[in-house]
Amino acid sequence: MTGWVRSEMASSLPPPKSETGLVHWLRVNLFATPVDSALTLLAALFLAWSLPPLFDWAFIQAQWTGEGREACATAAQGGVRPDGWAGACWAFVGAKWPQFLFGRYSDAERWRVVVAAILMFGLLVPLLIPKAPFKGWNAVLLFGAFPVVAYFLLVGGVAGLPFVETPLWGGLLVTLTLSFVGIAVSLPLGILLALGRRSKMPVIKMFSVVFIETVRGVPLVTVLFMASVMLPLFLPPGQTIDKLMRALIGVALFASAYMAEVVRGGLQAIPKGQYEAADALGLTFFQKMAFIVLPQALKLVIPGIVNSFIGLFKDTSLVYIIGMFDLLGIVRQNFSDASWSTVQTPATGLVFAAFVFWLFCFSMSRYSQYVERRLDTGHKR
Amino acid sequence: MANIDTAGDRAPRASLFYDPKVRGIVFQTVMFVLLVAFFYWITANTVANLARAGIASGFGFLKGRAGFDIASTLIPFTSDSTYGRALVVGMLNTIQVAAFGIVTATIVGFLIGIGRLSRNWLVRKLSTVYVEIFRNIPPLLVIFFWYFGVLSVLPQPKESIALPFGSYLNSRGFFLVKPIFGEGSWLIVAGLVVGVALAIYVARRAAQRQAATGKPFPVFSVSAGLVFGLPLLGFLAAGLPVTFEFPKLGTFNMQGGARVQPEFLALYLALSFYTAAFIAEIVRGGIVGVHRGQSEAAHALGLRHGPTLRLVVVPQALRIIIPPLTSQYLNLTKNSSLAIAIGFPDLVAVGGTILNQTGQAVEVVVIWMAIYLGLSLLTSAFMNWFNAKMALVER
Repeated sequence: MTGWVRSEMASSLPPPKSETGLVHWLRVNLFATPVDSALTLLAALFLAWSLPPLFDWAFIQAQWTGEGREACATAAQGGVRPDGWAGACWAFVGAKWPQFLFGRYSDAERWRVVVAAILMFGLLVPLLIPKAPFKGWNAVLLFGAFPVVAYFLLVGGVAGLPFVETPLWGGLLVTLTLSFVGIAVSLPLGILLALGRRSKMPVIKMFSVVFIETVRGVPLVTVLFMASVMLPLFLPPGQTIDKLMRALIGVALFASAYMAEVVRGGLQAIPKGQYEAADALGLTFFQKMAFIVLPQALKLVIPGIVNSFIGLFKDTSLVYIIGMFDLLGIVRQNFSDASWSTVQTPATGLVFAAFVFWLFCFSMSRYSQYVERRLDTGHKR
Repeated sequence: MANIDTAGDRAPRASLFYDPKVRGIVFQTVMFVLLVAFFYWITANTVANLARAGIASGFGFLKGRAGFDIASTLIPFTSDSTYGRALVVGMLNTIQVAAFGIVTATIVGFLIGIGRLSRNWLVRKLSTVYVEIFRNIPPLLVIFFWYFGVLSVLPQPKESIALPFGSYLNSRGFFLVKPIFGEGSWLIVAGLVVGVALAIYVARRAAQRQAATGKPFPVFSVSAGLVFGLPLLGFLAAGLPVTFEFPKLGTFNMQGGARVQPEFLALYLALSFYTAAFIAEIVRGGIVGVHRGQSEAAHALGLRHGPTLRLVVVPQALRIIIPPLTSQYLNLTKNSSLAIAIGFPDLVAVGGTILNQTGQAVEVVVIWMAIYLGLSLLTSAFMNWFNAKMALVER
């Protein structure tokens, strides 16, 4: 007689109730210690206090359609809403939407802005998708051909396109123009300045250091003021320079100084052996930089570069101070429009502008994180 | 083989065109000449333009009568004061808002940054949401939001919102209790100075003793007692010299008390909240940057969670945090120039008014740059000193 022999392992018991499921999760993540529990309660109280009124303001009480300020004003303020009403006035955004996009760009010509925008995003998106082919040609088109096309398309005055003067430009159009030009100019200029700062030639080095440190030491507002009041003084008497152009120069120079410092960080991180190996191969300075050093250095500082881009995008809102109307400026300007001015208009307009800025900046930062992960071949601690 | 040793006879001479030294000199000379020519050109143009506009250059205009009022001043100022004094008022306002903003942003930033690493899921998520919102919108928008969205829609003075300690909030600003210092108040100040000095001394001695004998000393409670107790003693000894002036509801506006202007409040809140998001990320990065082995080693030595943080993690994290923190402080100071958009009279706003009145564009811009560069240098000098103090002392 043989005894019974178990031929397979007994299946393991399920983990205790306290170690799985919702209860466990709550205990570990929200109520681990008395202090934790107190914090959780505080945070929950804060949410309960802040979220419902916010939701109520933004959606439930909000006014979605309307022809003028009456729709968003209480009876005491000369509107149709009951006293004590408070809600977002999305009708204001709906009515001013075209202005927020184009500024006062003439109605009949707005298709040109749309075409330019389609061209830009059509060229930009494939450039950002790693798998899309023809990266080189794509970049040449975006940074070489597109600016020329966009310039003639937006400014006009050629090929039967009526001339649209830049003071009429506004809204997202100005924001994107400033950002695009700022980015396209500041990256190469920043690289040159960074190389200049690390150069062994004293004159070049001095110039770069003085430029970078001066620009980084002063606020963008003063640089813009300088561009707007001093640039005309610098030109020969009688010559003027377009206001948008002045802002572009100010923003681009300002951004290049910051970009230079980011790139310098990357250059410093490249081991000396790489420079020496390039010299030993007999490469010229520019060959050495273009084929050996910069490809490695720029890859290292992609997060920093994108952060500069985000900073630049946010900084374009400052041109409002020298009397131009970018997205934020045009929203701000419309607060004083008598047919829409109510107590709720400013907050609504600003929340809308904030959302648009946030959308652009947040996607940029997420994209940079994605690229960083893609290029990261090292080991995380 | 025999040919090889002849190679040493003649140093390999590259042609002059390819000599790096010659190239460098030529390149620099060209650059220098171009720069000089450029500056000569713009200077000549500027002089011609100014002459045509009839503007005398030079800083003589600073002695002229300003002719405008400034709403919030730290030193006495009337419209009869000079332009120079107006600029000083503006500079002091800039420094004031920057100083307040830096303190608040640091406190909020550290709290949020630590919150992002909290074990508590809700706190972690809330901190992340805060950082992701404020990092991704322009500071000017935050200022506008506080100014137009929040502070301008506050009720009229008649319906002021009453807050604790007899303060009020309405569309005219924030009204606080104003302490009025009577005779003998210097004793309080003296008490504070002596208290701080003694606290520093005690902390030093305690650190020395702990290093020598390993015996800890309750530095915190003793210092707190000294810093708060001595001024209180002075206050009592001088016979309660401080009286308080409470703001009262007048017919049209609040009367008495200290008033904080809505412009200042909007700028201060916006700069603090905006910069706090960046500081939070720096703090988080600093703490994450301390190797995990450090806290594991501390736990292995028997240190509890609190002392581990205080004695092992934070000192090392500070080394990573301080340099980027400095640049955030500088950014906050520079961003305070956005005051001009809501009419707070900071350096740029006052300078802009002067620029419009006198047309002295070059001089005003030069003054701006000099002052901001000076402030930047001062802040970085201080932070470099602090950084050197905190830096790793290597044998």
